[in-house]
Amino acid sequence: MRTATTDRAAGPGADSTKLRARHGTDSTAVSAGPRIIHQRPALLSERSTHYCPGCGHGVIHRLVAEVLGELGLGPRTIAVAPVGCAVFIYDYLRLDWLEAPHGRAPAVATGIRRVRPDAFVLTYQGDGDLAAIGTAEIVHAAARGEAITAIFVNNAIYGMTGGQMAPTTLLGQRTTSTPTGREAGLAGYPIRITEMLAQLPGVAYAARGSVGDPAWIGRTKGYIRRACEVQLARAGFAIVEVISNCPVGWGMTARESIAWLKGPMAEAYPPGVLVDRLKGAPEGPAAPGAASSPRAHGPGRGG
Amino acid sequence: MTTGLPTAAPKRRARRVRLARGRANGDMKTRVLMKGNEAIAEAAIQAGCDAYFGYPITPQAELLEWMARRMPELGRVFIQAESELGAINMALGAAAAGARVMVSSSSPGISLMAEAMSYMAGSELPVVVVNVMRGGPGLGGIQPSQSDYFQATKGHGHGDYRVPVFAPSSIGEAIELVATAFDVAERYRTPVMILADGILGQAMEPVEERFPELPAGRPDWALTGADGRAPRSIRSLHLLAEELEQHNIHLQAKYRSIAEREVRWSHELLDDAEVLVVAYGTAARVARTAMRRAREEGIRVGLFRPVTLWPFPEAALRAVAERLAGMLVVELSAGQMVEDVRLAVEGRCPVVFHGRMGGMVPTPVEVLAALRDLAPVACEGSYDALRYTLAQRPAGVAL
Repeated sequence: MRTATTDRAAGPGADSTKLRARHGTDSTAVSAGPRIIHQRPALLSERSTHYCPGCGHGVIHRLVAEVLGELGLGPRTIAVAPVGCAVFIYDYLRLDWLEAPHGRAPAVATGIRRVRPDAFVLTYQGDGDLAAIGTAEIVHAAARGEAITAIFVNNAIYGMTGGQMAPTTLLGQRTTSTPTGREAGLAGYPIRITEMLAQLPGVAYAARGSVGDPAWIGRTKGYIRRACEVQLARAGFAIVEVISNCPVGWGMTARESIAWLKGPMAEAYPPGVLVDRLKGAPEGPAAPGAASSPRAHGPGRGG
Repeated sequence: MTTGLPTAAPKRRARRVRLARGRANGDMKTRVLMKGNEAIAEAAIQAGCDAYFGYPITPQAELLEWMARRMPELGRVFIQAESELGAINMALGAAAAGARVMVSSSSPGISLMAEAMSYMAGSELPVVVVNVMRGGPGLGGIQPSQSDYFQATKGHGHGDYRVPVFAPSSIGEAIELVATAFDVAERYRTPVMILADGILGQAMEPVEERFPELPAGRPDWALTGADGRAPRSIRSLHLLAEELEQHNIHLQAKYRSIAEREVRWSHELLDDAEVLVVAYGTAARVARTAMRRAREEGIRVGLFRPVTLWPFPEAALRAVAERLAGMLVVELSAGQMVEDVRLAVEGRCPVVFHGRMGGMVPTPVEVLAALRDLAPVACEGSYDALRYTLAQRPAGVAL
């Protein structure tokens, strides 16, 4: 089941921070043999994923695995899987996983959070799961300021069921349930749910990343890292939306889908940090006017 | 774990009335007066409940309110969720993390919890769900009912699964059954339901001051973080049909084991009974009064009271059916458990039904009339009794 990207030099147990060896600061690297320029994060399993060619989930899985590994959170993490394309994430990330009913991951994570105060709690949801059927659960977990890190993958479509309209589907976007393109009069408007959540005082961190190009992938990793640190600081709820591509669902080649992701998707869902209450002032585009003082404490205590 | 009753808030103090007399047999155990909803909540606390999640709904709101005060006092988890969906899914998460968890609601809220109950059955997660039933369908009303019997015993959500259902008939019994429910839930890794009704929830009765305790569970399957062991996943998804069939075979074996070992019932005055009244919960208390009055009239009536509704005590009921002139099933519904009674007795005696719906409660007088109807005719051992009873039903009593 090994994939082509499996590293040559290091086994899965190696720490991905050793990647820094490629910058030449480690003089022993030359004499010790081949330099490591790429390796699989220890928390990413060697199993082949079921994702379609060109799908962004694989990159996002990797970013999560890298960040958790670098922060040493793997052994403490209890993660909650979505219903949707990423339902099999428990096969790909070497963590304790609980599968939630469709949309309910934030409520499920709340239960874990409150009875396991020492755990690191992560949710991973898609746009249908988080922004349609699970709207109540995400809003109220955020409103309670649960010390949870939520990864929200927005590819503007229901991928697993064959490409139907999602709450985040753009106006005019063709899907199998909006065959002539999404019309506001018929199907309403796309939801920018991360902006909505950023209004809530319980949300300590909200950011939107993208897998559109390497620079944004790097920034997105930084956002995910920050969202984890916010949980560790018990500052409140943290969410990172990642806009991603779905070539098959969008009816595009992988290359076309990247162009569309960087174009219309990024225009509708501008990447950047929306709120960072650990730091204080929000930065980046589309900063919400709301929200007030940094939280003095989070309710992430357990029983 | 704490024992005994909590220090009550001032407005509650009046309820902690110590009864001057103990039991009739001279046992001087102290008893306190408690409301059903609050007694069930406190019973869960004494049984070691780590976390409670709920949403306000009549007639069970006092259960949530009791937990809201008591759980934080004890450093345990209480959340008033955004909905019953939120509450049961919080329970799912907490149970998977190894906690002892209770949720409670009333009929419409239980419908919302059905989804996650199916997931928890499929994922084999323990939880105790309390349903303080009210009249339906739809928003219905807030008066007591037993019209969720089908929902409770035949499954709530989708899929081939069963949930053990305990039906207390008094507040004292409810206290006992809460600890039993946690025990069964954890031993079999399954959701368990306490099926009460608005009368049991709202009424006050004297109960013993000490509540049953349950040792802390030690789940070796819980999600704790993959520290020093291989990662675990808890899920109900099995995409391969062969794998899902094996999972279902495993679940069904578990349900057979529960059916063999956990079935409970009680009976009164069965030895010489010609006619049996079959009822559970609040209906059994009405039936008991009717039985005593019927006995005064010389009709030899016994009472059979299922305590577990699933597993249903079908073998016990079948065993006595042969020698009976007939059975009268009394429910606060249009007739739901009566179907299981008929399946159990397999035609060995006539089975007739009397019930009230929509929050109305059958009176002992009504039940007595139905018993009078049944007794003389049923001796013929035919279903004429059924037709006879239906024809003679008191005016204004809905079928």
